[in-house]
Amino acid sequence: MSQIVKLVAQRLALGLLTLFIISLIIFLCVEMLPGNFSEAILGQAATPETVAAFNRELGLDLPPHERYFTWLFNMVQGDFGRSLASKRELSELLGYRLENTLFLASVAAVIAIPLAVTLGVLAALYRDSFYDRAVNVVTLSSISFPEFFVAYILILILAQNLGWFPAISNINDELGFWEKIYRTALPAFTLTLVCVAHMMRMTRAAIINLLASPYIEMARLKGLRPGRIILKHALPNALAPIINVVVLNMAYLVVGVVLVEVVFVYPGLGQLFVDSVRSRDIPVVQACSLIFAMTYVLLNLLADVLSIMSNPRLLHPR
Amino acid sequence: MSETADKTGQKGDVLVEMHGLRIEGRSDDIWHEIVHGVDVILHRGEVLGLIGESGAGKSTIGLAAMGFARDGCRISGGSIMFDGVDLTKASDESLRQLRGSRIAYVAQSAAAAFNPAHKLIDQYCEAPVQHGIMPRAEAESDAIDLYGRLQLPDPENIGFRYPHQVSGGQLQRAMTAMAMACRPDLIVFDEPTTALDVTTQIEVLSAIRGIVRQFNTAAIYITHDLAVVSQMADRIMVLRHGNLVEEGDTRGMIEDPQKDYTRELLAVRTFRKDLLDEPNAETPLLRVENVSAAYGKSPVLFDVSMDIHRKRTVAVVGESGSGKSTAARVITGLLPPSSGQVYYDGQPLAPDHRKRNKDEKRCLQMIYQMPDTAINPRQRVSSIIGRPLEFYLGMRGADRDARVRELLEMIELDPAEFFDRFPDELSGGQKQRVCIARALAAEPELIICDEVTSALDQLVAEEILKLLQSLQDELGLAYMFITHDLATVRAVADEIVVMLQGEVVEQGPKEQILTPPHHEYTELLLSSVPEMDPDWLDNLLDQRAP
Repeated sequence: MSQIVKLVAQRLALGLLTLFIISLIIFLCVEMLPGNFSEAILGQAATPETVAAFNRELGLDLPPHERYFTWLFNMVQGDFGRSLASKRELSELLGYRLENTLFLASVAAVIAIPLAVTLGVLAALYRDSFYDRAVNVVTLSSISFPEFFVAYILILILAQNLGWFPAISNINDELGFWEKIYRTALPAFTLTLVCVAHMMRMTRAAIINLLASPYIEMARLKGLRPGRIILKHALPNALAPIINVVVLNMAYLVVGVVLVEVVFVYPGLGQLFVDSVRSRDIPVVQACSLIFAMTYVLLNLLADVLSIMSNPRLLHPR
Repeated sequence: MSETADKTGQKGDVLVEMHGLRIEGRSDDIWHEIVHGVDVILHRGEVLGLIGESGAGKSTIGLAAMGFARDGCRISGGSIMFDGVDLTKASDESLRQLRGSRIAYVAQSAAAAFNPAHKLIDQYCEAPVQHGIMPRAEAESDAIDLYGRLQLPDPENIGFRYPHQVSGGQLQRAMTAMAMACRPDLIVFDEPTTALDVTTQIEVLSAIRGIVRQFNTAAIYITHDLAVVSQMADRIMVLRHGNLVEEGDTRGMIEDPQKDYTRELLAVRTFRKDLLDEPNAETPLLRVENVSAAYGKSPVLFDVSMDIHRKRTVAVVGESGSGKSTAARVITGLLPPSSGQVYYDGQPLAPDHRKRNKDEKRCLQMIYQMPDTAINPRQRVSSIIGRPLEFYLGMRGADRDARVRELLEMIELDPAEFFDRFPDELSGGQKQRVCIARALAAEPELIICDEVTSALDQLVAEEILKLLQSLQDELGLAYMFITHDLATVRAVADEIVVMLQGEVVEQGPKEQILTPPHHEYTELLLSSVPEMDPDWLDNLLDQRAP
């Protein structure tokens, strides 16, 4: 066990280092964006003097390294600063949006992950059959379309023609849990369609990869049923690659939702991010980017730890 | 379940009868016949030995007794009657119900054939529970009973460990217990001791034989080692290229073989080199002085010293993990020692091979265990052998090609035929010959041979040993011969170094080491080498019994 604790601690330390480097990159990138908030707010007609005065008021006139370290220092203490546009505390604004995004991602994950793994296991079991081919074709087609296209198709069919789900996923805190789920359904379906193919194909490939190994032959010669061979003998040994691709897709669900949120006018982090870039609301852009980065780092850490846990050699040392 | 009470039928009834068995294998989308109409009869409680070299079709026939053909193989003709059922006509479902419950399998490498994700006892209980023979709790207590009968240490708890937590010899016995779980009528043992050290092999052999006799189980015992099979089998079938060569009861086969091929198999390991005079007192070609070495923090070599003289063969023997290959890595500079020094011709060698000059590297060449992985599959024989000629000796063009042809002749491969071949187009023995030619190309004075014959069939191995011997006579080479096989040592060595757990336990001239009194460990090693005598294992076990 101590070996695992050590490994996790190592990964965690590396994760923090990665986040620090990312914060620097984010800051530099935002710094390189053309135009700035004052110019965007004050419009074309503003004189250089008014822009300068506005900059001074917001602290935008300070040299970049000073602004970076102030930002980083505050960030570490949990102070994300204020939005330039709405003057609201970012921690409050982001908290609500992040919650919504995570809600959407969770709904999608709860549908997508079991679906993908089940489809993958079945595809491995009935490999090269009609079912296998059909699943491959369907999932590959759905991944080949851009997500906004999938989103509009779903709106057209399920909202417009059939009227089963609302086309706009406007949720707020007053709604009950099931009402929220109902309104989130379409974006969640969209995300599911986009990410199932990856996970399903990896599950299938990882299992099939193991079917030539001697312990699978042994299981067959023990007269076990094919389903049991796949589930009990192949799947546990195929977990590491499956976990990795599942977690990567979860990160995509959180981070990659920008387009989907915009299409469904879903009040999540992605939409906020897009709006803030448009209005040069630097603190919001930076904070959002950092949250996205953190999601990736944390989920990858989770993937590493789970992969390690799925290896009996590490879990049960000699 | 009681011992043998619920066995139906008497010993002597026919259990398996294969008639005109034909099996095809697919390569490049064409089916080739690999077993050409073999008849096999096995009676209840009988142990049948299938013996032959690789490619003889022995594993394929063994698996066919389970109605099973590996991927890329198919049973194309003949009948396989198991207790009145024709397995070639049986449905997949009825085959599945037979496998594991009435016919069980023990694989060559237990470490690979146990699922790493599950405990031993979980894998044991699977067959009896899934076939509906007994409930889990009963299977578990039965497993503990069998683990005890197979002399596994701590039978109550060993089942609750994972495969990687148990040693190779113990795993092989645990697999035998697993095969025994449903008290099958037949167990197919597919080279169960080939991957084990000689001392471990004895334990596994005696455990397997004991349990098979106890339950009166019929067995097909597959191996390439005639000495091993003569301990186990009542009757032996000698196979070659998918055909039966000879069949007979064990004692008769060993004492009076009818066919030349069987005689060759029996005569294997009789090759001996002529004894040389004592080494002259000149400086040894290679001197290893008080070398200790470690991988990271775990020490593997302790204060090892040895001398290798010109034109002599020093055999380094020991079981896996004894540090013999590590010693070779230190000598070649792949693993700098933590203390001690290696001298070449009286001069100290740099501990790290990167600090040695080209000539020092040239004089010391290596030949490896697996010729398959030691040569680049995408290069032709001419460039594999030509590379050291270019690198060490600066030969180019026609000079180089002429020398490659000369080297091919030295290793007894026809240059016209082999010059342009790829490794895929060579047999295992031919590949090892190419590796030898590559080592010779550098014109070395000392060649380190790391288990060079252990991946080869016995007859082929013997040819390789003879070749190495004639090259030594001709070129005056010195060999450091690393092996776990004492028969090889007997054949080639002038001097012997016996290693155990990273230390040299005994060293000296061959006659001295091989004549009693031996060091305790040397004695154990020597007495563990199976002999072509059906009573050998019994006698040995009697002797060793306290």
